[in-house]
Amino acid sequence: MIIGEPPPPSGAFGVDAIAMTMRFGDFLALDNVELKVRPGSFHALLGENGAGKSTLVKCIMGYYHATEGDILVGGREQAIANPKDAHALGLGMVYQHFTLVPAMTVAENLVLARDDVPAVVNWPKEMKELETFLARMPFKVPLGAKVSDISAGERQKCEILKQLYLKRHFLILDEPTSVLTPAEADEVLGMLRDMVVKGELTILMITHKFREVMAFADEVTILRRGKLAGAGKVAELTPDAMARTMIGAEELTVQPPRTGEAGQARLELEKIRALDDAGAIAVHDVSLTVRAGEIVGIAGVSGNGQRQLVEVLAGQREAEDGEIRVAGDPYHASREEMRRHKMSLLPEEPLKNACVGGMSVADNIAFREFDRAPFASGGWWLNRGAFRDDAKKKIGQYKIKTRTPDTPISALSGGNVQRAVLARELGSEVEVLIAANPCFGLDFAAVAQIHAEIMAARNRGAAVLLVSEDLDELLELSDRLVVMFHGEFVYEARTSEADLTEVGRHMAGH
Amino acid sequence: MADGSIGLWTVPLAVLGGAIRVSTPFLFVSLGECITERSGRINLGLEGTLVMGAMSAYGISYLSGSPWLGVLAAGITGALLGALHAGICSLPRVNDVAVGIALMLFGTGLAFYLGKPLIEPTAPRLPAIDFGWWSDIPQLRAALRVNVLFLIGVALAPILYWAFRTTRWGLLIRTAGESSDAARAMGHSVLLIRLRATMVGGFLAGIGGSFLSLFYPGSWNEGLSSGQGITAVALVIFARWDPLLCLWASLAFGGAAALGPALQSVGVTSGYHLFNAAPYILTLAIMIITCSPKRTLTGAPAELSITR
Repeated sequence: MIIGEPPPPSGAFGVDAIAMTMRFGDFLALDNVELKVRPGSFHALLGENGAGKSTLVKCIMGYYHATEGDILVGGREQAIANPKDAHALGLGMVYQHFTLVPAMTVAENLVLARDDVPAVVNWPKEMKELETFLARMPFKVPLGAKVSDISAGERQKCEILKQLYLKRHFLILDEPTSVLTPAEADEVLGMLRDMVVKGELTILMITHKFREVMAFADEVTILRRGKLAGAGKVAELTPDAMARTMIGAEELTVQPPRTGEAGQARLELEKIRALDDAGAIAVHDVSLTVRAGEIVGIAGVSGNGQRQLVEVLAGQREAEDGEIRVAGDPYHASREEMRRHKMSLLPEEPLKNACVGGMSVADNIAFREFDRAPFASGGWWLNRGAFRDDAKKKIGQYKIKTRTPDTPISALSGGNVQRAVLARELGSEVEVLIAANPCFGLDFAAVAQIHAEIMAARNRGAAVLLVSEDLDELLELSDRLVVMFHGEFVYEARTSEADLTEVGRHMAGH
Repeated sequence: MADGSIGLWTVPLAVLGGAIRVSTPFLFVSLGECITERSGRINLGLEGTLVMGAMSAYGISYLSGSPWLGVLAAGITGALLGALHAGICSLPRVNDVAVGIALMLFGTGLAFYLGKPLIEPTAPRLPAIDFGWWSDIPQLRAALRVNVLFLIGVALAPILYWAFRTTRWGLLIRTAGESSDAARAMGHSVLLIRLRATMVGGFLAGIGGSFLSLFYPGSWNEGLSSGQGITAVALVIFARWDPLLCLWASLAFGGAAALGPALQSVGVTSGYHLFNAAPYILTLAIMIITCSPKRTLTGAPAELSITR
C-alpha cells in the first residue's frame, strides 16, 4: 500500500460501476451499463440468462477487464486488475457453484481461503480462533465436519462465513439460494439482511427469484441483453413490473389449461433401491405410481437421491433391488421397451445426458428412430436426406435457434439444446415422460415453452414424472407432489392441498 | 543352528530382506506420484524418470566418485522430467495420461542411449548400515543391511502425511487436486501448483532410480527396471493416495518380489517364474478386490483424469 492512502473501509461501503462496456470479439456483453450499490444496502441484480449479470460482477471482481467504464469503491475510482486486488479492497464473491473443497473439513476450507496461510498451520490455535470468530456470527457450521458430509444449506452458510472470516464488507452473491429450501433461504438471507441493517455489510445479489427480491432487497437493477433495462427501489415495484422489464416485448408460449382426469396406472416403481457412485445407498426402497394424464412432481434439495432415481429410469444406472413396471409390463430401460411403451426422457444437463455434443442437431434429433424407416432402409442404410427434412420440420416447430441442421449441437445455447431434446422426445406420441430439472438455467421463453409442452403431454394422456429442485415449477405443473429426502419419499400430497411450510420442512428433513 | 543352516527360515528372512531392499524404489516413486496425483495430475512417465535417474546417478557417481552426488543428480534429472511433463500438460487440451506414456518411452529410450558407455565401468556405490551386527546368522545379517535411502523413504511417508494436513503447501496441493475451481477462486494458479507437485514427484522418482543403480542391484544395464516405476504408480491407487499406506504397500510389494528368489534358494525351483510374477499377481488381485464398476474410488482426488 502506498503511504498516505487510506486503508480499505472497515464497515459497509458502496460500489458504483459507471458506463461499463464489455466486448468479447464481436459480441457486446455489456453496453454502457450503470450500477449503483449504496453503502449498507441490499441490492438485487435481476436479468435473464445471458443478460450480462455475471459479466458485470466479474468485471467488478477483476476476472474480466471492462472494455470501457470505471469502478468506484467507496466513492474512489479503483483499477481492479485481478480478484486479489478486489479482495484487498474488501470485495468478496459467493459463487453459484460452491468453491469449497468437498474432501476437506470446514476448518481447513476456511483457513485455506486466507491470503496469508501460514507455512505450517498450528491447528489447535487456528481452531480456537475460528471458534471465537464463529461465536460472533449469526449462523453456525460444524468446523470439524468434511464439506462433503454437510447439507447444501450448511455449505452455503459456510461460503458466506468464509467471506466474513476474510473480513470482506461488500459481498456479491450469485444466485445464493438455488440449492436451498425456502426455509433455509429465508434464514440465510434474513441473517445477511440483519448484518446489512447494522451497517456491517453491503450486498449485491444476483437472483431470478422475485419473492426474495421483494422480501430482502432495498434496491434493484435489471439488465436485459447487456443493457440497463431498469433500476429503482424495490418498495416502488411489483414482481410483474420487474418481470416485464426483464423479458421486454418477447412473447411467451401460453401454457394450455389443465384438462382431463388421471386414468390407469402407467408407471409403477416398487421398492427401488439404487447406489450412488461411492457405493452408498442413494435411493432407499421407494415405491410410486404415476397414472396416465397425471404429473407427479418429486421435490427435494439436490443430492437426496433424485439423480440416481432418474438414472435408473433412464437406464444409466442399474437398480440394486426392486421392480419397475410400465403399463403392467416389467421394464429394464432397454431401447425396445422404451419404444414399445412410448417413453420419453428429459434428463438434467441435456447436453451431457441426452446429446452427443459433437454430432449435428439433425443427428441428435434422430437418435430415437435413426435405424428405422424413413431414416434407414433395411435397418442399416441411413438416409441423410430424411434426417435433415425431419430436423428442419422440428427446428421450425420447436423454435430451435440453430444456424443449420448440420451445426454441432454443442454450439447451441442451453435453451436451444433443451428445445432440440424436447423435439426428439415429445415430437411423436408419448405415454410416459420422465423429466429432471428440465428448465435449469434456461431463460423465460424456453421455460414457458417447456412448461407448456409438459402440460400438453399430460393433457394428451401421458404419465409424467417431473423431478425438480425448483419448488415453484412443481407447484405450477404437478397434480401430485412427493418430497424426497435421503433417498426416501417422506411426504406426499395433492398439489392443490399441499402446505408449503410442510413441504419445506420435509425437504430439510425435519 | 550352529552351522548357519536355518532351513525353511530362509524364506521369511529373504522376504523381509526383500521388503527392505526391493521396496525402496517402489517407496520413492509411489510417494512422489502420491504428491503429483494429490495435486490432480497423473504422471505415468515415472518409469522413464526412474530409469533416467538410475542412469544419471550411475554416471555422476562414476565421474565424480561420490555416490551422493549421483543421488542428487538423479533427483534433479527427475525434477526436470517432471517439469517437462507438467509443462506439456499445461497446454490446453493435452491429456496427462498420453503425455505420461510418451515420457515413459522417451525417458527409458534416452537413458539407454546416454547410458551405453556406462555398462562397463563400475561406479562407487551407496553405503549401507549394518543393523544385523548382533546376530551371527549370515542370512539375517544380509537381510538387515539397510541403505540410508530406505530410512529416508520410511521417514518421508509420515512427514508427507503430516504435511498434507498441516502445511500451506499440503493444503494447496490438495485444493488443486480436489477442486481446481476452488483453487482458482482463491486466486491460486492451479498449473503452477501442479508444476511444482510434478517436479517434486519426479525428484523423488529419480532418487528411487538412483537406488537401483547405486545399491540394489547396483549396476547400470538396460534391464535394470522391471517396471517398478509403473507398478509404483498403480501402488498409489491401491494405497488410496495416502502416503502411510504407500509405505506399507511398497513393503508388501518388495516382499512379494523377493518370494521367487527366496523359494529358489531353498530348492523350490518349479514355478520359479510364476513366483517371480508374485508382485504383479498381487497387483491384479488387489485391484480386482478393491475396485468396482459401480462406485468411484474413495479417497481419489476429484480432479484426477482417471477418476473423473
